[in-house]
Amino acid sequence: MFARRRISPAATRPGLGLGLGLTAAVIAAAVALTAVTARADALAGITKAKVIKVAVPQDFAPFGSAGADLKPQGYDIDMANVIARELGVKAEIIAVTSANRIPYLQTKKADLVISSLGKNAEREKVIDFTVAYAPFFSGVYGTKAIEAAKVEDLAGKTIGATRGSIEEQELSKSVPTSTVVKRYEDNNATIAAFVSGQVDLIATGNTVAAAIAEKSTARPPVLKFVVKDSPCYIGLNKDEPALLAKVNEIIAKAKSSGELEKLSQKWLKASLPAGF
Amino acid sequence: MTYKLQFAELLPYWDVLLHGLIFTIVLTIVSTIGGIAVGTAGAAARTFGPKWLDPIVAAYVEIIRNTPFIVQLFFIFFGLPAAGVKLSETAAAFLAMVVNLGAYSTEIIRAGIEAVPKGHLEAAESLAMTRMQILRHVVLKQAFQKIYPALASQIIIVMLGSAVVSQISAEDLTYAANYIQSRNFRAFEVYLVVALLYLLLAIAARAVLRGIGRVIFPKA
Repeated sequence: MFARRRISPAATRPGLGLGLGLTAAVIAAAVALTAVTARADALAGITKAKVIKVAVPQDFAPFGSAGADLKPQGYDIDMANVIARELGVKAEIIAVTSANRIPYLQTKKADLVISSLGKNAEREKVIDFTVAYAPFFSGVYGTKAIEAAKVEDLAGKTIGATRGSIEEQELSKSVPTSTVVKRYEDNNATIAAFVSGQVDLIATGNTVAAAIAEKSTARPPVLKFVVKDSPCYIGLNKDEPALLAKVNEIIAKAKSSGELEKLSQKWLKASLPAGF
Repeated sequence: MTYKLQFAELLPYWDVLLHGLIFTIVLTIVSTIGGIAVGTAGAAARTFGPKWLDPIVAAYVEIIRNTPFIVQLFFIFFGLPAAGVKLSETAAAFLAMVVNLGAYSTEIIRAGIEAVPKGHLEAAESLAMTRMQILRHVVLKQAFQKIYPALASQIIIVMLGSAVVSQISAEDLTYAANYIQSRNFRAFEVYLVVALLYLLLAIAARAVLRGIGRVIFPKA
């Protein structure tokens, strides 16, 4: 991308000799090559500098938000520290928004983006993804007493959801006709309906459910089943096989050692979903 | 600006709109009847009732008239369950509407009662009419005749204000509009159509109320 941009203005500029154009092309190629070499060495660079720069969300609790001391805290920050610890380096936390988290990576202001990033085809064109490091899904939650293992079990039941949300649209398509779907204006109204006992079942995101569990101990929402799964991945620049392999290895280790489970319990107030 | 209006996008949702329209109409009729009953009782209590009742009714009127309708609605729907009173969103919507219109109509009807000339009351008393007879034949009839236009306006205001009940998932006309908008993202068409429906509802309500007025108060 960058190399091509450097070549084309010179090559198309009128009045330039063929030799000059060739020289420019060679220089550009060399520059591009150095860039690639430097990029491939990102892991080495991190170990050498003894610091890894990680972009984390600044406004997306419980993954990342400002704590009481105004320092970023959350699942993503803890994950960044786990990776830094395993690499034997210091983590430099950079708080970003969801709009600029990928540009931070592309401009090398960050080595990794741990920012509740979902995977999609468009993003895969510009950056690479590690394996999933955090669960992120919307599901049907309810009080402990209610039994509902699949969408058919909702027959004859009433369920609350935020109108227009992914889970509401998915459920509206799939629930049995005897199910009553109560649609609320925003997440807060859906939460209020559940907490006040107006509905015993809601469809919402796991982070929202975690927030309810934290604040309403009287009626903690229990996951019944997953409606839509889109776990979070760590983003890194393309052509970084060494770094990618190393981070994947660290995630796998954290998963088997139970460290991810601990993070899930701490921030999402729930166990990692089965098969994560 | 080359927005292409596509009203055909609304057609698949006609039943949703109809359902919402009927809900709003029923909600308005029931809350009108309930609200006027509450208002009449409140106004009579303030003018003819025992002294101790007056501050209670006054407090009710002032609390309702000086707080937003949506807050009253949220209090009934989300707040009261904590006190053990759990109402469905439909019941909460009806209750909130009756309570709201009741407070406003208390004051409107009271104004009508106070406009009844003192001489009429004295004449009725000298004819040995009972308190209830005076209230019914002398006071309320004249009072309603005087305040009827104001009451009709208040009913329309409450009907339009009922759009707020969509916030607690009561399935009124506005809920239907929000629902359709969240499905086909045709906000312009949906809200235009629904605004027109409210306008038609208001015009129809005014006509109906005027007709009722002609029947009840033939000379006016």
